[in-house]
Amino acid sequence: MSSTGEKFLVGIFDDEDVLLHGVEGIREKGVRIHEVYTPFPVHGLDEVLGYKRSRLPIAAFLFGLTGTSLALIMQIWMLGFDWPMIIGGKNFVSLPPFIPVTFELTVLLAALGMVATFFIVSDMKPYKTPRSFDIRSTDDKHVMAIDLAANKLSKEEIGQILKAHGASEVNEKNF
Amino acid sequence: MIADEQYIFKPESKRKISIVLGVGILLFVLGIIMAKSSGGHHEGGHAATEISKTLVASTDQEGGHEATAHEAGASEHHGSAPWVKRIYTSLWHNNIFFAGIGIIGLFFVAIQYAAQAGWSAPIKRIPLAMGQWIPFAGILMLLIWFVAKGDLFHWTHHDLYDPASADYDKILDQKSVYFFWLGSKGGFPTFYILRMVAFFSLWYWFYTLIKKQMLAEDLNGGTQYWYSARKLSAYFLVIFAVSSSVSAWDWVMSIDPHWFSTMFGWYVFASWWVTGLAVITLIVINLKSAGYLKMVTANHLHDLGKFVFAFSVFWTYIWFSQFLLIYYANIPEETVYFIERMKHAPYSWIFYTNLILNFVLPFLLLMTRDAKRHASMLKVVCPIVIAGHWFDFYNMITPGVMQYNGGVGLLEIGLALIFAAVFVWVVLSALSKVPLVAKNHPMMEESLNHHI
Repeated sequence: MSSTGEKFLVGIFDDEDVLLHGVEGIREKGVRIHEVYTPFPVHGLDEVLGYKRSRLPIAAFLFGLTGTSLALIMQIWMLGFDWPMIIGGKNFVSLPPFIPVTFELTVLLAALGMVATFFIVSDMKPYKTPRSFDIRSTDDKHVMAIDLAANKLSKEEIGQILKAHGASEVNEKNF
Repeated sequence: MIADEQYIFKPESKRKISIVLGVGILLFVLGIIMAKSSGGHHEGGHAATEISKTLVASTDQEGGHEATAHEAGASEHHGSAPWVKRIYTSLWHNNIFFAGIGIIGLFFVAIQYAAQAGWSAPIKRIPLAMGQWIPFAGILMLLIWFVAKGDLFHWTHHDLYDPASADYDKILDQKSVYFFWLGSKGGFPTFYILRMVAFFSLWYWFYTLIKKQMLAEDLNGGTQYWYSARKLSAYFLVIFAVSSSVSAWDWVMSIDPHWFSTMFGWYVFASWWVTGLAVITLIVINLKSAGYLKMVTANHLHDLGKFVFAFSVFWTYIWFSQFLLIYYANIPEETVYFIERMKHAPYSWIFYTNLILNFVLPFLLLMTRDAKRHASMLKVVCPIVIAGHWFDFYNMITPGVMQYNGGVGLLEIGLALIFAAVFVWVVLSALSKVPLVAKNHPMMEESLNHHI
C-alpha cells in the first residue's frame, strides 16, 4: 500500500471507564480525537466524543417512503391498467390487497437503502483494505487515534496528555 | 440517590377529578334527556328493524339466507326503549374499556418481572396501582350484565333454543354449550357467569399476591421477593393468555353471536394493551411534572414511548389481519360485521377515525427519537391513543346492540368522563397508600443508569 503521509498518535486504553474519563479530559485539553476503536460497544462514548446523532433514520424514512409509493404505483398500474384481472370480484384498484406488498416493499427499500447509505457514508467498499491503528482493538484494548496534522499541539505534548489520562501505551502509526 | 418518595393525593387533585365527574354527570343527564326526547320509543325500534332487514338482505345476495334470517331476528327482540338500550350499551362499553386498562396494569407489572426488566423499576408502582381497578370492574361487569343482558346479548333469549319456537336459531343452538354448560339451554348461563367470576377473581388474587411481594420487599429488602414475584408473574401470564382471549369472546364478540373471528382475542388484547401503556405513560409524565419520580429520565420516557409506538403498530397489524381475511374470503356471515360498521351513518366516521387516531397519528408523531423522549409530544399522543381506542371499543360493541340507533353524543361522552374520573380517583388513592418508588428493588441501580 502506498504511503499517504498521514501521521497518527495511537493511545491504548485497558479499561472503558478510564477511556470514558480520558476522552473527556483529553478533549478539554484541546486535543482533537480522530476516532476511538473499542472491542465492544461502550455506552456513552459517542456522547463524550461529541458526535452528533446519525442522520441515517432520515435516510431510512425517505427510502421507506420511496418503497411505499413505488409499490402502490406498481400495483395500481399493473392490476388497474396494464393487465386488469378479476380477483374475487373485487375492484381492479382496491387498497386492502395492495397493503401487504406495499408493506414489504417499504421495509425492503428502507433496509437495503439504509445499508447502502451506511456503507457509502462509512467509505466501506469492496477490495478496500481497512485501516487498522492497532489490531488489538479487536481483542481487548481500546484504541484512540489522534491525527497529528489536525492538531496544533506537538507529538510529545499529546503523548504526555494521553499518558496523564490513563493510556497504557502511546504509539505512532503512519500510513 | 434513591429518595423515599410518597405520593400525596392532594385535595386540589381531588377537586379537579370531582369537577370532571360533575361535568360527566351533567353531560350524561343532558344526553339522556336528549336521547329520550329525540328518539320515539316504538317508532325508533321498528325503523331500526326495517333498516336492518333491508341492509342484511342487500348485503347477502348469494347464499347466507340463514344468516339473513338470523340477523333480522336479532333486531326483533328490541326489548327496552332505544335510550335505555343506549345507556346499557354505553355502560358496558366503558366498563370493558376501563376494566381492560386496570388489567393491563397488572399485566405490565407481570411482563416486567417475567422479562427481568431493569429499566422499569422506578415506575412499577403506577401500573400496580391501576390493578386496583380490577375488583371494581368485576363487580360493575356482573351488575351491568344482570341488568342489561336482555338488551346487550341476543343469545340470552330462551326461545332461540326452542325448536318449536318461530325464533328457533340453529346456529346459536349449536353454540349454546359455550354459554349454558352445567345448566339448561336458554336458562341461566352458568358456564358464562362462572368464567366471568373466575377471571376477575383470578386476576384480583394474583394482583394481591404480586403486590404483597412488592411491598414486603420495601420493608425487608433482599432478592427473594423479586424471585417470588417473578414466579407469580409467570403463572399469571399463562392464565392471562387464556383468560384475556376468552373474555374478549365472552364480553365483546358474543354481542354479535352469529359472527366470529379467530383474531378477536388478540384484537381486544392489543387494544387494551396499547391503551394501558398510554395511560401508564400519561400518569408517569403527570407525576413527573408535579415533582415526583425524580429518577425517571428521558431514557425511561423513551422506553414508554417506544411501547406506545410499537403497540400502536401491533394493533394495526392485528386490525388489518382480521379485516383482510374477511374482505378476501367475502363470506356474507363474516362481511356483515364490517358492512354494518363501514357503510352506515352512525358508525362509518368512527370506523375511519379509529384508524387515523390509532395508527396514522401515533405512527407519524412518535416516529422520531426526540418525540419519544420528550414529555410534550407524549402528552399529545397518549390522549389521542386513549380516545382512539375508546372509539375502537365503541365500534366493537355498539353496532351489535343498537343497530342504527347508535351514536356518540353527550350521553356517551358524559359516561366516559364519569368512568375516567372514578378510575383515576381509585388509581391515585391506591398510589398514595404505598411508597411511590420501590425502596429495595434489586434492579433500581440498573434503572438509574439506564441509557438508550
